[in-house]
Parts: sequence; C-alpha cells; structure tokens
Amino acid sequence: MALFQIAEPGQAQAPHQRRLAVGIDLGTTNSLVASVLSGSAKVLANEQAETSIPSVVHYQEGGATLVGTAAQAMAVADPYNTIASAKRLMGKGASDLSETLFADRYLFDTDSGSIPAFKTQAGNKTAVDVSTAILKALKNTAELSLGGELVGAVITVPAYFDDAQRQATKDAATVAGLHVLRLLNEPTAAALAYGLDTKEDACVAIFDLGGGTFDISLLKMQRGLFEVMATAGDTALGGDDFDHALAASLAEQAGISDISDASQQRHLLNIARHVKEQLSSQPNCNFEIPLADGASFKGSIDRDQFNALIEPLFKRSLKSCRQALRDANIEKTDVDAVVMVGGSTRVPLVRDRVSEFFGKTVLTDINPDEVVAVGAALQADVLAGNKPDSELLLLDVIPLSLGLETMGGLAEKVIPRNTTIPIARAQEFTTYKDGQTALALHVVQGERELVSDCRSLARFELRDIPPRVAGAVRIQVIFQVDADGLLTVNAIEKESGVVASVDVKPSYGLSDTEIEQMLSASMEHASDDMHARALQEQKVEADRVIEALSSALRSDSDDHLDRDERSVIDQAISDLQTARDGDNPDAIKSAVAKVEKVSNTYVERRMNATVRKMMAGKQLADVEGDGSNHT
Amino acid sequence: MQLDFSSNYFELFELQAAFNIELSELDQRYQQLQRVLHPDKFASASDAERRWSVQAASRVNEAYQTLKQPLKRANYLLELQGLMLNEETDTQMDPMFLMEQMELREALGDVESASDPYAALDKVGAQLSSQISSSSDAYLASATSEDWPQARTIVRQWQFLEKLRQETKSLEARLDDAEA
Repeated sequence: MALFQIAEPGQAQAPHQRRLAVGIDLGTTNSLVASVLSGSAKVLANEQAETSIPSVVHYQEGGATLVGTAAQAMAVADPYNTIASAKRLMGKGASDLSETLFADRYLFDTDSGSIPAFKTQAGNKTAVDVSTAILKALKNTAELSLGGELVGAVITVPAYFDDAQRQATKDAATVAGLHVLRLLNEPTAAALAYGLDTKEDACVAIFDLGGGTFDISLLKMQRGLFEVMATAGDTALGGDDFDHALAASLAEQAGISDISDASQQRHLLNIARHVKEQLSSQPNCNFEIPLADGASFKGSIDRDQFNALIEPLFKRSLKSCRQALRDANIEKTDVDAVVMVGGSTRVPLVRDRVSEFFGKTVLTDINPDEVVAVGAALQADVLAGNKPDSELLLLDVIPLSLGLETMGGLAEKVIPRNTTIPIARAQEFTTYKDGQTALALHVVQGERELVSDCRSLARFELRDIPPRVAGAVRIQVIFQVDADGLLTVNAIEKESGVVASVDVKPSYGLSDTEIEQMLSASMEHASDDMHARALQEQKVEADRVIEALSSALRSDSDDHLDRDERSVIDQAISDLQTARDGDNPDAIKSAVAKVEKVSNTYVERRMNATVRKMMAGKQLADVEGDGSNHT
Repeated sequence: MQLDFSSNYFELFELQAAFNIELSELDQRYQQLQRVLHPDKFASASDAERRWSVQAASRVNEAYQTLKQPLKRANYLLELQGLMLNEETDTQMDPMFLMEQMELREALGDVESASDPYAALDKVGAQLSSQISSSSDAYLASATSEDWPQARTIVRQWQFLEKLRQETKSLEARLDDAEA
C-alpha cells in the first residue's frame, strides 16, 4: 500500500531495494523485453544473446514447447504445430477466422467454444495459450538477466485493440505469472521513448506499422506530460500482409497455381520476407523458388513492382491518419514531428509516402523494432515505484466507441472514441413490463450504426430487480473504463439502492474460471516450489503494506482518525504481523485484506485531504501572483 | 465508495462558475489534479486505493471535458441553474432559425454533387462556424445578465448547429476516403 508517495515528492521513500520491472513488446512477428538499468532503458538478451525473439511457438508431442528462433526453425518442416502471428487472433471469435490470413494456414478446432483453437499434436491451443508461452519465455529472459523476480510488467498493445483483444492480452500475462502494471498503447510507449525530455509543447504523430497491426496516434507532449489527442488504426494491417501479397506474386511468376500445401506456403512466405527486406536497401532482388519436380524457379523483382503490390494496403493507413487528424481537430501542418515505429516502416514506400503526407521528414532515430519495448520499460520503472519524483504522466484515450444495443439492433454510443481514460459514464434504464425483474444488455464496441457491424463485447443480465409496474424502476448502469482501456459494468437500482447482479458473458474472452484452470494447469509442473513461492510473495506484500501504512499513520493519523478508529487499524496491523511471521500464505493474504478493509476510510480521508491541500497550495501561489489581498 | 467530489465541476477546478473561463487555467489545474489522482500514481497501491484513483481520475476527466468544450460548458451552467434540456418535450423552435437550418442542410446535401465538393463543404463549414460563434457570444451575453431562459433557447439552437457540424465532419471523412 504505497500511500501517496507521489503527492509528497520532497520526502524520500523508505530505503528499499530497486523493484525489478520490465516493459514487454508482445509483437505479431517479434517480441522483446526491456528494463531500466542504471538510469537508461535497455532491451534484455536471452541466453542465446538474442534481444528479440520471433513470436512463434512450436508444440511438441507430449506438450513441451519451443519458443522463438528454435520454434521458427520448425515452421516449414512442421507447419501445423508451429504457430506464428497468433496476436492477430487475440480476442477474436471463430467467426472472425475467415477475415484473417489464418484460415488456410493452420488446422482449427472451432467446435469447442467461441474462441478458435489451433489443433496441434500437444492438443488445442488458443491465441492466449500461444501468447502465454511467449510471455513466459520473455519473463524467464528478464529474470535471468536481472537476477531476481519481477514485481510486474508493462505490456504493450496496439492502440487500436478493442476491449476483447486487450482482455485477452491481460489474461495471457496473468497465466504466464506476470503482474500487469499497465497495458500501454504501443504508439504511446514509442512517444515516451522519444520525448521524455521535451521542454516545449510539441504535437507529435506516431506512425506505427508492425507485423500485423497499424496505429496512428497524435500526442501533445510537454515536460513529462503525454496527452493522446486521438488515435486510429487497423488491427489487421501490417508487414504480414505485405509478405502475403508478395508471396502470391512470386508464386504467380514461378507458375505455381496451387499453394494450398502448408509447408510450401511457409517456405514461400519466408522467401517473400527475405525479398521484402532486400528491397528496402536495393532497387531489385533475385529469388529462387524450389518447384515440385525438384527443379527450381529463378526470378527477379524490382522495388516498383513491390510498391505496386503494397500500395493498396498502405493506403488504408493514410485513411486512418486522416481520421485521427479530424478527431484531434488539427491540421497536418500542426504536427511538429512524425515518428516511425515498427519494422514495416523500414519499407521505403512507407517512409516516403508518410513523409509526403505530413509534409516533413520522418524521425527514425531510435531502432523502430525496439522503441516500443524501451518506452514500456520506462513506464514500468515509474509504475513500480522506482522513481517517486517522476513527472511522467500519460493520458491516453479509448480507441473505439463503446455502446449498447437498443431497439431495432442499433448501437447507441455511451462513450465515444478518443475520450480520455479512465472514464465513467452512467446510463439509465427502466422496465417495460409490469413485474419485470430482469433486463438484458448487450455491450458493443465500434463506430458503425448497426450492432451487427460492431464488435460484440459482452452480454449482461441484470437480475433481482424489484418487481414494479412498467417504467417505475430506474436502473443506472455505469460503464467504467480503466487506465488499461478495459471496461467493467455495474448496475444499481436507484430507488432501493439494490445493486443488481451482473452476469458477464464475454463474447470472445475467457471467464475467470477458465483463467484459473489455465493457471493451475500451467503450475502443475512446478507445484513443489509453489507453496514456497506463494509464501515469499505474501511476506513481501505484507511487509510492503505494514511499512506503507505505519509510515502514513505516523505522519498524520491524528488528523484523520479518532482513538477508536486508530485502534481498529492497529489491531489489524498487529494481526498481519503475526500472520506474516507464520508460514501460511493464505492467512497472510486474508490478514492483508483485513488491513486494507479497515483502513479504507482512513485512505479515503487522507486522499481527499491531499487533494484539498494541493489545491489550496495552488490557490496561495496564484494569490501571490495577482497581488490581491486574500489571505 | 463515496468520493469527496460532491463539489461541482467548476469548484473541482477552482474556477468561478462562468461561461468565459480561462482555458489555460483549466488545463493547468487539470494536469495538476491528474498528476495526483491518475491510476498510474497508484500502480503498486492497495486495491481500495486503485479503485478510488480510477473513480477520481474518471470524474476529473469528465469534468474537464465538460468545461473544455464551450457547448458542454454552456449546457452544464444551465444544469447548475436547474434548467435541464429535455429533447422529448422541447419541440418549440424559432421558425427563422429553422429556415436557416434547412437551407444549411440543403447546402450540405448538395456538397457531394458539387463540381468542387471540398470548396462547397468549406462554404457550409464557414457559415456554421460563424453561426456557432454568434451563439457563443449571445450565450455569454445572456449568462452575464443572468437571463437563463434566453440562454437555454440559445443552447438548444447551438446543439442543432453542433450536430450539423458533426455531419460536415462525417461528410469530409467520406470525401477523403473516396479520394484515396
């Protein structure tokens, strides 16, 4: 319970060890982990000295997995058991498969639920499972490299990810045993890496074209403040699509008409990727494709031909740029700098056309593959509490409007896109039949008028509504979007104050029970250490809570608590200390919960006092400035 | 959890409840509040504090967005006067105003078939901006003289204009995308 360290920047924190926290860029094609070491953020290398690993997982018979380069090496030989670009399926339903590049690349099991699963020799694996395996590998890299356990991680997501995609990412991290400090939007992370020392106000465009997703974010930056004005994008546009377009063209040149064979497909994609990379630095490129009859086709392609192939894909990104500018209410000329992020911005056509669009040279100072992880590491360092005096403040937005289904299948917007988060909005409902005790709600995300054109997020059922005549009951439904961009919904019956129970059925996500099952399954192998580890974690947590609360109480208990209130808290702390010295993690956990519960009111009063004090301080400063005679 | 934010949005930002506020002051206080309340400041705090922070920061964001946009600010001042707008019962409108609106709407409808659609759109946009600016001035005058019924009439017209402005933006998006 780190009580208001930020509000009192002058006071030094209790001496403590540096808390190990990392930033993770969980990319479509590559993934990285970075951390702040002696003042600057660095990408961490694994035992093979790789600072970036392919986001590929190979499932072996019996359940063992290979992750990264070793997995990618299996892609051609064993395509169905080697899963790449799983990020494109995060938060997606079985019905979305046809819109992705996946339908013919893998074997799918779509019967087992609404979430599609890759059929592998180790069983069915969802995109969350694949991401979990990658995150575990990165966590391992970080812990070996930093020499200790992580307190948490900032994990980046495309800014244009919807609620289901964000939730799926957070679920994968939870199952991988990572404490998520924050889900951070990729372009915002890049802005952070670029602009911490910005003194003047600047308006910056971050153009982020990765392996599978595209984001454009417009930010206002000044002195540690990063305010996202608008974001737009396409979560199904990236270098992968360039590769596919190119592979199809190369196959056509080689006279290959049928590329349904999965191995050959992977092989073609590998060749296409290589050709694409060559064409970034040279005007033309030779290639060789092995044919079925043992011979091989030799051909060549130049940059103009490649540009013509990707032009229609690229144009989609400019459409998003225009939308972001409109939403931010600014002109192209208001943009002071354009930062390029993501491997696909190495393609010359992309750089040239973006530069042309905004009318200025684009910035590529920081390695476009690493900049997101570096930014995430910087934020992780602050969120973990290693920089109590930091001026860093990120104000991000929700990328897509949140709405409710109304009569006639129309979507009514409750929170419009590009609203600064966190945000809460309330909507009132009533019953339409006498004695009605339940109400069904359908939450959707997207910009279209029709519910069927938006993303279905969840269906809620409000129950236990007091039976009354139609229209007599007033139910307030509160939509709360947190700083991760994740939505929670609460409902309250206004007259009686009864909180109606809300049943959440995520349309394309995992239920809490499923996550718990996955967690326990993933820990089966390590059950021996589990108890010791849980105990250690709880002890650390207990120490943290006791220290934070005790020091707060020492400083201002008398201002906020009477004698009785204080003694209740003291008792809970003392109970916690006893539990902490024992060896039962569950007992410590419940003692911590008890302490937090009894100190709630104190925390609240203290918080309010801090706000009042801060505002009062501000007022005094103003008064001195304007020379009036207030006291 | 009850927040100690029962104060209205102007009080929250330590501003006088008036239409012509200093936007730079609003921005400054907004940043000041978020630097203390934002959930990023509570990343390793207890669940209770984290919840509190999300709620408090949400309220500050809502307040900021309301006060920052002139029409929302105007409407909020009416609310503080107990003069809520009601779309279902507010049907009376000045016929002159409605005529003007119909003309603007027709002009907007003709944009796509114009020889230079962007020029046609800009023309409608300019007319709208000028009318919105007049509404803003008229509101300020009414609010200053505390003629709230008049201020309410102005806000209702202003809402019409703002809706039309949103439509010009959607149209611009369609034009842009067709061009590309």
